[in-house]
Amino acid sequence: MNEFALSELPLHGFCRVIRVEPCPAKLRLEGVGFTEGAEVVSLFRAPSGDPTAYSLRGSVVALRRSDAVNVIVRGRGEWA
Amino acid sequence: MGLTRAREGNGRSLDRERADCPVIALIGSPNVGKSTVFNALTGLNRHTGNWTGKTVDRAVGIMREGGERFALVDLPGCYSLVPTSPEEELTRDFVMSGEADCVVIVCDASCMERSLNMVLQTLAVTGNAVVCVNLTDEAAKKGVRVDTVRLSEILGVEAVPTSAANKKGLGELAKAIKRAAKGKKRFEKAEPRPMWREAERIAEEVTERDKDTVGAKQMKLDRFLTGRYTSLIVMLLLLALVFFLTMEGANLPSRLLGSAFEGALLRVRTALLNSALPEKLVLAFCDGGLATLMTVVSVMLPPMAIFFPLFTLLEDLGLLPRIAFNLDRSFCKCGSCGKQALTMCMGFGCNAAGVVGCRIIESPRERTVAILTNSLIPCNGRFPTLAALLAVLFAGAGGGALRALGLTGLILLSLAMTLLVSKLLSMTLLSGKPSSFILELPPFRKPRIGQIIIRSALDRTLFVLGRACAVAFPAGIVIWVLANCGNTPPIMGIAAFLDPAGRLMGVDGAVLLAFLLGLPANELVLPLLIMIYSGGGTLTGVGSAAVGAALFANGWSAKTAVCMLLLVLFHSPCATTLLSIRRETKSRVWTLAAALIPVLLGVVLCSAVNGIWTLLS
Repeated sequence: MNEFALSELPLHGFCRVIRVEPCPAKLRLEGVGFTEGAEVVSLFRAPSGDPTAYSLRGSVVALRRSDAVNVIVRGRGEWA
Repeated sequence: MGLTRAREGNGRSLDRERADCPVIALIGSPNVGKSTVFNALTGLNRHTGNWTGKTVDRAVGIMREGGERFALVDLPGCYSLVPTSPEEELTRDFVMSGEADCVVIVCDASCMERSLNMVLQTLAVTGNAVVCVNLTDEAAKKGVRVDTVRLSEILGVEAVPTSAANKKGLGELAKAIKRAAKGKKRFEKAEPRPMWREAERIAEEVTERDKDTVGAKQMKLDRFLTGRYTSLIVMLLLLALVFFLTMEGANLPSRLLGSAFEGALLRVRTALLNSALPEKLVLAFCDGGLATLMTVVSVMLPPMAIFFPLFTLLEDLGLLPRIAFNLDRSFCKCGSCGKQALTMCMGFGCNAAGVVGCRIIESPRERTVAILTNSLIPCNGRFPTLAALLAVLFAGAGGGALRALGLTGLILLSLAMTLLVSKLLSMTLLSGKPSSFILELPPFRKPRIGQIIIRSALDRTLFVLGRACAVAFPAGIVIWVLANCGNTPPIMGIAAFLDPAGRLMGVDGAVLLAFLLGLPANELVLPLLIMIYSGGGTLTGVGSAAVGAALFANGWSAKTAVCMLLLVLFHSPCATTLLSIRRETKSRVWTLAAALIPVLLGVVLCSAVNGIWTLLS
């Protein structure tokens, strides 16, 4: 399966985290749980289309597009 | 909210407690109920709210267990011991210093995986720990069960299931804490590293999941609250409803209090005048001090007592992070952070608390923007003044809805100005690119109504009112003396001196003087203004009609009321807020800027309104 950035994940799409690219927010992203193997589902977006809320490790975390581009993921299965 | 009595944020109090009892540190991810556990164990009442970053500094309280005392330290929540913000650093440093005799890691039963990362990092450092698996009731509703016996076996420390909000499992937790604190010390200096792999494995082993029915409902509510069309309408309606309830509900108690006070004051005054005390002294005491105090209580108390609990209700529900989520794009475009929406909402309660709350914003640049713009949002001290002025402006029948709409409009103006000033600051003094925005959206939680009423009435209303009264009484006496000494009262001179500036802004010198004298506490501005107008006499009659009569008798028009409303929104922050800004920014320049920016905005807006109004009429 090919790699892509979390920001490209369609709404309700499912993926697994591979890594976080070096960026100022890297530590914080890993701190909330965006680490290798974590399952992520995109849930809903703010009225203006950004940020997006993701389900991650049992909780809901909102990220801006500009931060989600640094989270590299794979898989694009539909959410059951 | 920075207004609670339980707050002992400094290190000295901890040292004092440390001398004779073991120190227990309370840590965990944000929003897992650490402060609720802390309050339940210590009997204190630290303010809690359903959002990440409610607790921004540490509090110390005493827990009693089996006749012994333990000093409990409530630390800001963090996701891991690898720190990414100042308050996370505070938590990390405290754990790594080995100062604690026992570390309690509070976990969220419905997302153990997330919590266990932090648990494992802590256990790598110290063996004197207790794992508190909190929110078990909420998890049970979601069909999640945690096997704490198995968890204890795996981790090698005690794991206790609790539901602190429902007072379950706290006795066992206290006993476990005592055992761990008295146990053999094991402490190693190890650099914390992420341990997600192990956390995943253990969470898998100890958690059992049934079909989740609550999650789907929550998701529906979330989609509704953040929907493209629904979000804006829902938020505006909610805001208008809160204001409507506050203003309509405050009417009657305000009138009752007013007439009761008027009667009492008259009796006290007559009795004192008949005594041997000098007449001037009695008049200064009654017509100056007491009268101002009573106006403050009767005009300010009812709206506060209704607005606070309503606001706390929304806070407990988990609505504020959704507002931040919805507004992030707008704030991002203005070069600041969506979390500023959270600190802005805190500003509704108290600007000083809002300024301290800005610590949740990681980037120093964005934090300064949030601090400087916080007082553009009217706090509860200014809120009753706005309500009273709107009542004067829309006095007729059916005015209730108009007043609520007017107030909603004013809040939107505040929001617009916050965004505008943030944008201007980001383009000039504090230029830079917006940084990251990572915000957890907590589950909606059923608010605990009884607790909300007690908390907000006791902690917030009484604190703010107490401060207002402490200033109102002496300020009233000062004004009475200024208005009644000599042949030409000095107060007339001061008001006349300020008058040209006031006229330019569509108000008059007396209004500016009231704002200057109201610097220690914003809730005083209107009572002081009435005092200045009446030259030290008491307000005749009660309720908003009397306030209106007193104002219109002194040359007020609709224009004056509108300009005054604008000035209430945009003027220098109160003394308490300025002190908080000084402490948070550690800079005199920024403090001065925080004072001048709203003043400048107020002057410009009022002058513009005055000019246009005069041209049109």
